[in-house]
Amino acid sequence: MKIVSIVILPVIVLFIIVYGSLKKIDIYNSFIKGAKEGLVTTFNIFPYIVSMVFAVNIFTKSNFLSFIFRPIEPLLNNLNISSSIFPLIFLRPISGNGSLVVLNNILAVNPDNFTSLLASTIQGSTDTTIYILSLYFGSVGIKKIRYALKAGLFADIIGIIFSFVIVYLLFS
Amino acid sequence: MISIIFAILIIIGIVYGMISGNVEVINNEIFNSSKKALNMILEIMPVLVIWMGLMQIADDSKLLDKISKLISKPLRLLFPTIPKGHKSLGLIASNIAVNMLGLGSAATPLGLKAMKSLQELNKKKDVASDAMITFLVINTSGVTLIPTTVISLRLLHKSNNPYIIIPSAFLATTIATIGGLLYDYFKRRRNK
Repeated sequence: MKIVSIVILPVIVLFIIVYGSLKKIDIYNSFIKGAKEGLVTTFNIFPYIVSMVFAVNIFTKSNFLSFIFRPIEPLLNNLNISSSIFPLIFLRPISGNGSLVVLNNILAVNPDNFTSLLASTIQGSTDTTIYILSLYFGSVGIKKIRYALKAGLFADIIGIIFSFVIVYLLFS
Repeated sequence: MISIIFAILIIIGIVYGMISGNVEVINNEIFNSSKKALNMILEIMPVLVIWMGLMQIADDSKLLDKISKLISKPLRLLFPTIPKGHKSLGLIASNIAVNMLGLGSAATPLGLKAMKSLQELNKKKDVASDAMITFLVINTSGVTLIPTTVISLRLLHKSNNPYIIIPSAFLATTIATIGGLLYDYFKRRRNK
């Protein structure tokens, strides 16, 4: 599995170059044309990235999350879950880097306890829904996203609930 | 919706920061965030430029068309509004495949190209199309076969079995994706 994930990217690159050469197209000019497009896309997404980093960092640095989850800590202890998992659940849809930092802190305590297995499964099975929506819709100028956020968050909630069920059934 | 989230994060952050006497940290964050965003974009840009270049080769050599034809049959069921053989299906498929292998950063340029391609088919340019929503439901539910970053962190903290979460994460993500697609399906049917 590890080898597959390391080898896949070079294999894709090789295949694209070989295929293009065999089809006798001007691969270098094609590459430059696409690369220029990549540069334009970068400029287009820059304001969206600045806005997300700005809002997310102000929120996380205020320590508001640890404040709201303090009252339910005794209940969590009974379930063998550390309350440190809640910032992960909350941050996961917003910031991949933010939730990765939270996961890192959880794993530092003990990488093989129930909370760590649950946190690893949640981080591995869901994605940064809000970030992706703002980046992807922003890049093409969509302003009305309809029910996209609800559908994305619904999938995340299902993922988190079943992460708990699956980890509970498989590992405890 | 994005405006509301943006406002809520900043308002809660600043107000709570003031109440809890954490204003100095917030002060620093207001100016440092743009620098952090710049570092992030500097990391994303080279990958985006190279990958878009490679994708242009794949596009010009008709490789994308070929991949699109191969997998369009199963995907078409989920995207009834995309015309047969349109390149957005191929881009969506490649984005999903790259995402599945845990190469999130390489998947983003593909995904952005897929969105651009879907926007060509979109009639109202500022409103999300059905196909865009379905695509993003699949994308945001994180269809991951190998969660590489999680495994690397587990290795870092000397877990007894860093790979043990592969099956549990795969099961959870599959159920999440199916759940999201069902939500999307029923929502679309009710809107008609």
